[in-house]
Amino acid sequence: MLLMEKEQEVAVKRELPEGAVSPSGRSSKAGPIADSAETDRIAPDTVGDVTARDPVIRVRGGNVHYGENHALRNISLDVGRNEVIALIGPSGCGKSTFIRCLNRMNDTIESARVTGDFRLDGQDIYARDTDVVMLRARVGMVFQKPNPFPKSIYENVAYGARIHGLASNRAELDDIVYGSLERAGLVDEVKDRLDEPGTGLSGGQQQRLCIARTIAVNPEVILMDEPCSALDPIATARIEDLIDELAQKYAIAIVTHSMQQAARVSNRTAYFHLGRLVEVGPTDRIFTNPSHKLTEDYVTGRFG
Amino acid sequence: MAILTPAETRRRVDASLRRRYRTEKLFRFYGLLSVLLGVGFLLLLFTTIIANGYGAFRQSFVRLDIQFDPAVVDPEGARQPDLLASADYAQLVKTSLRTIFPDVEDRASRRDLNALVSSGGGYELQRMVLADPGLIGQTRTLWLPAGDEVNLYVKGRAAEGESESQHLSEQQIGWVKQLEASGQLRQQFNTIFFTGGDSREPELAGIWGATKGSFFMLLVTLVLSFPLGVAAAIYLEEFAPRSWLVDVIEVNINNLAAVPSIVFGLLGLAVFINFFGLPRSAPLVGGLVLTLMTLPVIIIASRASIKSVPPSVREAALGVGASKMQMVFHHVLPLALPGMLTGAIIGMARALGESAPLLMIGMVAFIVEVPSGFLSPSTALPVQIYLWADSPERAFVERTSAAIMVLLAFLLVMNAAAVWLRSRFERRW
Repeated sequence: MLLMEKEQEVAVKRELPEGAVSPSGRSSKAGPIADSAETDRIAPDTVGDVTARDPVIRVRGGNVHYGENHALRNISLDVGRNEVIALIGPSGCGKSTFIRCLNRMNDTIESARVTGDFRLDGQDIYARDTDVVMLRARVGMVFQKPNPFPKSIYENVAYGARIHGLASNRAELDDIVYGSLERAGLVDEVKDRLDEPGTGLSGGQQQRLCIARTIAVNPEVILMDEPCSALDPIATARIEDLIDELAQKYAIAIVTHSMQQAARVSNRTAYFHLGRLVEVGPTDRIFTNPSHKLTEDYVTGRFG
Repeated sequence: MAILTPAETRRRVDASLRRRYRTEKLFRFYGLLSVLLGVGFLLLLFTTIIANGYGAFRQSFVRLDIQFDPAVVDPEGARQPDLLASADYAQLVKTSLRTIFPDVEDRASRRDLNALVSSGGGYELQRMVLADPGLIGQTRTLWLPAGDEVNLYVKGRAAEGESESQHLSEQQIGWVKQLEASGQLRQQFNTIFFTGGDSREPELAGIWGATKGSFFMLLVTLVLSFPLGVAAAIYLEEFAPRSWLVDVIEVNINNLAAVPSIVFGLLGLAVFINFFGLPRSAPLVGGLVLTLMTLPVIIIASRASIKSVPPSVREAALGVGASKMQMVFHHVLPLALPGMLTGAIIGMARALGESAPLLMIGMVAFIVEVPSGFLSPSTALPVQIYLWADSPERAFVERTSAAIMVLLAFLLVMNAAAVWLRSRFERRW
């Protein structure tokens, strides 16, 4: 339902959230990282500390409407550098909507209206002068269903680097492609058939190809929207190992329905419920000692 | 509610099963019946056309010894082209015939004798002399096309074995048999039909002029309507903001696709000919009119094929930071192209078979010359068929069918090309 619509960047309106914490004026003056006032640390609807030590993404009072539907209600959350944050919650709770706000993929949905303060390294993501192409180069995304381009494996990985002009000649491009495939743990499987179509790979290989394609652009943040939901346990394990490795270099926000996966790969976990961010905290605490009743019910499998 | 016993459940399911299978069988039978009916009518159509038309691909020729008599061709000996052109070449043919049948004396019989050879024979001699005036004074053995009734008689006899003809006199039949016996009358592949323009004489009429007219027209249509249609579809589908204006445009494109084609002809007459002053009967104008007609078809087909590109490909492209333009041209367009090409070719095939709008812009004229360019007067294949179907000479019947066969062949080739392109460029995702 969400993806069929047209992109329409102009239509996404910005409004200051009513009564939101962290008015954007102050954070831009003081700088988002230095800003650690107590009011900023605790969001009104959320249990736990929404801040990260070294935030690369900082969201305050984020709201998303799909037409009449208020899909995301007053979310405040940081994503730290070199951190893996898992977003969990029942279907339709807004976790995918949240990460799609971070690289403005919601712009493609005509009825979507995003308000609130979304910042990447202190820069307003939704500002008029923010270039969406640049933003998406810095905030890469891996989707739920592996979606390689119907082109060769090489072209799949090279595409981003090519359009962004990251390589000045063929040798550099080759380096980027091999390096990305290597970091995605795919190079041994495909190095002899780089000319074959990416769609001919198995599901797990396709998803790793998509990850290679994303890291070829050298982003700062990688958003993953249920990257393993279409994969078998073995392929899932490979992707999870890969996420561990990638966390050395990138900030990763991963949406998952598997609580085991969240527990395995993430440092912090955020629990969403009906468009609200209910609880955030270190992953081990969320799963062993949740503070909110809803979180506890969910992680203990009482619903969801 | 009472719970059924397993036996009772089985009995009821069994009863309903039998009903379901009966309905299914009946439905399949109706489907098969309609397909067979359709195929039957198609076969009937093709057999009629082929049975009527195959004869047009063979033509009788008469061998004559033609003496290019200077007294007839160039009485003044000046060798001036305009004088050579206006000479009475038919006389040469008549003289030659008289040498074969010297005992034909009276006027009526002579006229009958002259009807054995097409009046077009004279034109061929004229062409030869104009090309090489050195022929004058020499004698050449030539195969000249036979008259249309002779032609029909020979072919009809071959098919039906009858030796009578309502259109040839006893005497003429006798001459034909005599010529055949001496090997001076034979049938050949009818190259004139494929290389000639239109003519009042069936044996000289060909479809090359109409084919070339159709070709020029379709070229104009393709060059204009494909890029315009694809560009319009991309804009409407990918870039146009949602607004009432775009909705109005969309509705009107769909309406245009349903407008009767003759209306486009009237439009072309009013706009291209009356307002812009383009010449009548020109393939350029025909092409413009057919462009108007084809454009909505191409736009609709292109939009449908853009819509069918999966959103995951768009997201993937945007996700790595492709701009909108790059997303469309690197990813959406290559995937949508086979569908666009199919739509375009089917639109072009429709344009090729269209005659009504061309009647309005004067492409129905009797044009002997084979058109040489986009502005020279010409007809199109379907219009040529219409013209021949309207002609009184019996021999045009088989030519009409033959022209239909040629037109159908072109349509089949174009549709086959559409299928081939689709399977060739279709990519799975």
